[in-house]
Amino acid sequence: MSALVLMVLGLGAFTAGYLLYSRFISEHIFRLDSEFRTPAHVQEDGVDFVPTNRWVLWGHHFTSVAGAAPIVGPAIAVIWGWLPAFLWVTLGTVFFAGIHDAGALWASVRNEGKSIGALTESVVGQRARSLFMIIIFLLLLMVNAVFAILIARLFVQYPTSVIPAWFVIAVAVTIGYLLYRRGVALLWPSIIGVTLLYASMFVGNEVPLSLPESVFGLGPAGIWVVILFTYAAIASLLPVWLLLQPRDYINGLQLFIGLGIFFLAVLIARPDIVAPMINSSVPEDVPSLIPLLFVTIACGACSGFHGLVSSGTTSKQVDNEKDVRFVGFLGTVGEGSLALAAIIACTAGFATLGDWEGYYTSFGAGGLDAFVQGGGVILASIPGISESFGQTLLAVMAILFAATTMDTGVRLQRYIVQEAGTIYDIPALTGKGLSTVLAVVCCLALAFGSGGGGEGGLIIWPLFGTTNQLLAALTLLVLSVFLLKQGRPTVYTLAPFSFLLFMTVWALLTQLRSFYETEQYFLLGLDAVILVTAIWVGLESLSALRKAASESSESSA
Amino acid sequence: MDWRERITRAGELLHEFYRGRHRGALARERRQEDDLFMLLVFSEMMGIENPSSYYTLELLPLLYEGFHEWHIRMGMDHSPLEHFRCC
Repeated sequence: MSALVLMVLGLGAFTAGYLLYSRFISEHIFRLDSEFRTPAHVQEDGVDFVPTNRWVLWGHHFTSVAGAAPIVGPAIAVIWGWLPAFLWVTLGTVFFAGIHDAGALWASVRNEGKSIGALTESVVGQRARSLFMIIIFLLLLMVNAVFAILIARLFVQYPTSVIPAWFVIAVAVTIGYLLYRRGVALLWPSIIGVTLLYASMFVGNEVPLSLPESVFGLGPAGIWVVILFTYAAIASLLPVWLLLQPRDYINGLQLFIGLGIFFLAVLIARPDIVAPMINSSVPEDVPSLIPLLFVTIACGACSGFHGLVSSGTTSKQVDNEKDVRFVGFLGTVGEGSLALAAIIACTAGFATLGDWEGYYTSFGAGGLDAFVQGGGVILASIPGISESFGQTLLAVMAILFAATTMDTGVRLQRYIVQEAGTIYDIPALTGKGLSTVLAVVCCLALAFGSGGGGEGGLIIWPLFGTTNQLLAALTLLVLSVFLLKQGRPTVYTLAPFSFLLFMTVWALLTQLRSFYETEQYFLLGLDAVILVTAIWVGLESLSALRKAASESSESSA
Repeated sequence: MDWRERITRAGELLHEFYRGRHRGALARERRQEDDLFMLLVFSEMMGIENPSSYYTLELLPLLYEGFHEWHIRMGMDHSPLEHFRCC
């Protein structure tokens, strides 16, 4: 089958989902009202609450939620064949993620712009709030470790990406400096910056950089992990305007450019999908498709992290309540299309089935490598782009996504440590230095503890997915309780909620057994903690729904 | 809208796109600095000796606009100064 058909079907499903399902949800379930005064107007303060143009807000929302995760998940999951990943990405985006993301946004807009954490407390209860904090902590811990390992692997596999991936830091700092210290207008620095970034990819393509085989007993990937965390620690201490802001901005531009180039290349190349529709001869270590597919692809189909962005920052900037549909649903569609691109790259970018199988030799083996390899081949159909340049481009794109998430992730973890220092009155932890060191050490321990040599990240990928789905389930629960209290239908939120919770618990049990059998006790412990949290979410949900149902029947009686 | 206006508008949106995502974090940081400055300017009135008071005196009318929000943020429901009424 041609990948073009898959692309058209996928994008068509997203469009239909947006035009039909999101309209139905917005009009009949959320009942969006353009007369409603949003928190951005009621509490406008120029800091958090600022009415924002819906296109700009969509741009922020989309670039905040899209990153490396919607690429990695599908890239691993196509090992079961392209059809399961394709179906879960398209149906998940429309029926799960869309209502989850837009729902979190809407619930927050209707509750003074409160975050999902705060909403959990006011809608469900204090215990659920603690549960929420535990899940967030686990998620942050895992995201930094996983992404560091992903970047390290790419640096080792594609040494041509090293120069451009570090050069972008210089570009970002220069843009930040020019804008804030020199007051230069944005347009020219953007154009020159992006051009320089692409030029550096040409240089990197000619001058690959590799690390020595072994330093202090660490392999190249292990050394990169240490270097990356050292960088992330320093970066998280720098002022936001100097590095994080321009870096996020370049990343955002890069996301739009990259997606555009990729779909254009598919249109020109029309490659055939060589991977099987459903893989009947999966390698031995690959777990069962159900339930693992649903936690391997979290971002790209449904991800709890989006609810944090929706309710944390986006909801405070919604100008008109009707924009919730545009920003929330289309943000999800954007992310879904990134996942779709990943599926196409990983299944159609290979010459033969044998080549493809050479990449997917075990669970978690394909991943980003296959995306870069296959995607590079497809990009080479554009005149002037060589296969190796295409691969450098995609490797750099994936690295930039992951690295920016790491920058933010380490910063957030430092805040958590500092807050703990304040709560428990440990003055040493309230400063920036020690708290950053502590945050980074935790991540490093997880990175090395989960596989040795800093290369174990992909083993914990499904665990990261389960945590993410648990968060999504919790958000859908809060949304359901909120809808129930207003006497509106809850089936559209409760159905995805039950599905996610069920699959998550099932996946955790499956993995628990496999970690026990392979004697990976560190991951076994982590799995057990998440499992307890998942069961707790289930119990909490039952009690909250029962309480809300009795309240709403009392009020109607 | 002619093309020149369109380009200007696109430039504005691009600028918004750049600034928006970290607006909150940056504004908070700036507000912290401003709060400290406010404290410096009003310190003499609150009994904290400040040798530069003579020079900052003429800033008072300029800062008065943000005075209310500042004392609320600092945890004081009413103006802490006897001669400087607010609410």
